Amino acid sequence: MSVLPTDNPAARRRGSGASGLFAVPALLMFVVFALVPLAGAVVLSFTHWDGLGAITWQGLSNWTRVLHDPLTGNALLLTVKIMVVSWVVQTPISLLLGVFTAGTQRYRAVLAALYFVPLLLSSAAVAIAFKALLDPNFGIGGAPGLHALAQNWLGDPDLVLYVVIFVIAWQFVPFHTLLYQAAVRQIPDSLYEAATIDGAGRLQQFWYITLPQLRNTVITSSTLMITGSLTYFDVVFVLTAGGPGNSTRLLPVDMYLTGFQANDMGDASVLAVILVVIGLALAFVLTRFSGFSRMRSEQEGL
Amino acid sequence: MVTTTTVREPAARTGPDGPAPRPRRGRTPRALRRRPNVLAGLGGFVWLAVIIVPVYYVVISSLRAQQGFFATNPLAFPSHITFDNYSLVLNSGFGRYFLNSVVITIAAVAVTVVLSLMAAYAVVRGNGRFVRSAFSVFLLGLAIPVHATIIPLYYMITKVHLYDSLLALILPSIGFAIPITVLILANFIRDIPKELFESMRMDGASDLRILRSLVMPLARPAIVTVGIYDGLHVWNGFLFPLILTQSPNQRVLPMALWTFQGEFTVNVPAILAAVVLSTLPMLAAYLLGRRYLVRGLTAGFSK
Repeated sequence: MSVLPTDNPAARRRGSGASGLFAVPALLMFVVFALVPLAGAVVLSFTHWDGLGAITWQGLSNWTRVLHDPLTGNALLLTVKIMVVSWVVQTPISLLLGVFTAGTQRYRAVLAALYFVPLLLSSAAVAIAFKALLDPNFGIGGAPGLHALAQNWLGDPDLVLYVVIFVIAWQFVPFHTLLYQAAVRQIPDSLYEAATIDGAGRLQQFWYITLPQLRNTVITSSTLMITGSLTYFDVVFVLTAGGPGNSTRLLPVDMYLTGFQANDMGDASVLAVILVVIGLALAFVLTRFSGFSRMRSEQEGL
Repeated sequence: MVTTTTVREPAARTGPDGPAPRPRRGRTPRALRRRPNVLAGLGGFVWLAVIIVPVYYVVISSLRAQQGFFATNPLAFPSHITFDNYSLVLNSGFGRYFLNSVVITIAAVAVTVVLSLMAAYAVVRGNGRFVRSAFSVFLLGLAIPVHATIIPLYYMITKVHLYDSLLALILPSIGFAIPITVLILANFIRDIPKELFESMRMDGASDLRILRSLVMPLARPAIVTVGIYDGLHVWNGFLFPLILTQSPNQRVLPMALWTFQGEFTVNVPAILAAVVLSTLPMLAAYLLGRRYLVRGLTAGFSK
């Protein structure tokens, strides 16, 4: 490929290469609506802006203030907590359900179709549905025999984070189940047949065949889950709006409330930059230490 | 008649006297299938309850009359079904919000797919430093959380006087959908044999011609995948409408749910009817294209 004299446009047209110009429109849209705002967030983090009036330069004062604010520490801690617990909860459930639904019986196909239902609901719909369901007055706790469920789920600062984690799992486990189901179906039968002949039991087959074969899917799913947990905003915002108190004020929620409710875009931009830094750091670590780096180098190798 | 028998023959194979069924690729082996896995089945049904109970609660509650709602057994089937909640929601501008959602989803997905297809083609088939760095830029985009850019976006959209318009929702949606779309499409186009491109080029086909007659037909499964994936995101998007629009005329479905919730605080059945109504279009799409939807959602990521 490199034999072609790429500097000469006429020669390139005669060759099999494509014009790089075709990448320009997409690149332009992406730069204007994602990269420029990204740079904008950095700039705004050094300014004061109420969202309407003039923007004035502040230097580092936003940064010192936000970094010393206990709310920031709280938001960071909650974000890490929800990231870790969500992964620990969702991964085994999705993996087991994926393996389970990859079977062929008819009832499993029906179950798999029903598991899909949460994917049809928007985050706002999910949050509103659970808000009603978990209401201590008219929610599920009012059903005979289920009075133990009549907790003030969303009003109890000690409980609410776990409720949020549950609702997020409800919404996202089906997607990851689909990923695992597709992957399990690609595992060659011959592996299981050989194992059966060798007398391996079901548990051994799961442990020594299924799990290792799903390695790449575990990585893909985990990467999506972990980077995605930085964007748990919609459900949390509608479900709890960060409350009660600040017990579900995750980083993106904190940023929204600071910027668009307290009208302090400067401080909110500091939080936005922190969010980006964490996102990039996570992406870096995940691509570095997982199979994603292989995927990436394949892509770059063209 | 002859064709019917040949079609039915495979079914006979699984009968007790027929030859053993051929092991099919990618399925659970027979040895495993014979012994039912009770524990897994039990777990499967527990998760079914977790999924279905909230859905059941929402649907039956939306059919209850507002009067007496707070006093009924929340899981009992309503003795008297009413559709009043639905007509209330439908009369609150639901049609308009639905139309807005359709417009932004179709516009954003169409533009995203066309631009990304061109870009993916250039990235895979082009040479030179420009396309290589373009691809790295797109990869970087995967790690940027939308929320982190919303304040400058708000500033930009206001400055160009697009605030509170559907275009304000469409444009950033395209920008943020492009990285993942290019990535999935590029992965797919890379699998198209080089010889096909070269022979078309020999025949004097232009880039546009190759894209239209070769890449587009061959990449159709990938196009369906990204179309569904991007479509779901735009359809369910909450943050852009929350921050970039305001008036009821530009309201989209997720935003409508949120405002209903504020307006009808005491009328819980009506709020839940809105939830059901907002989900019906997706349910219809799912029932019509279940095969594509599931395959599309998994195909893009299961490499």
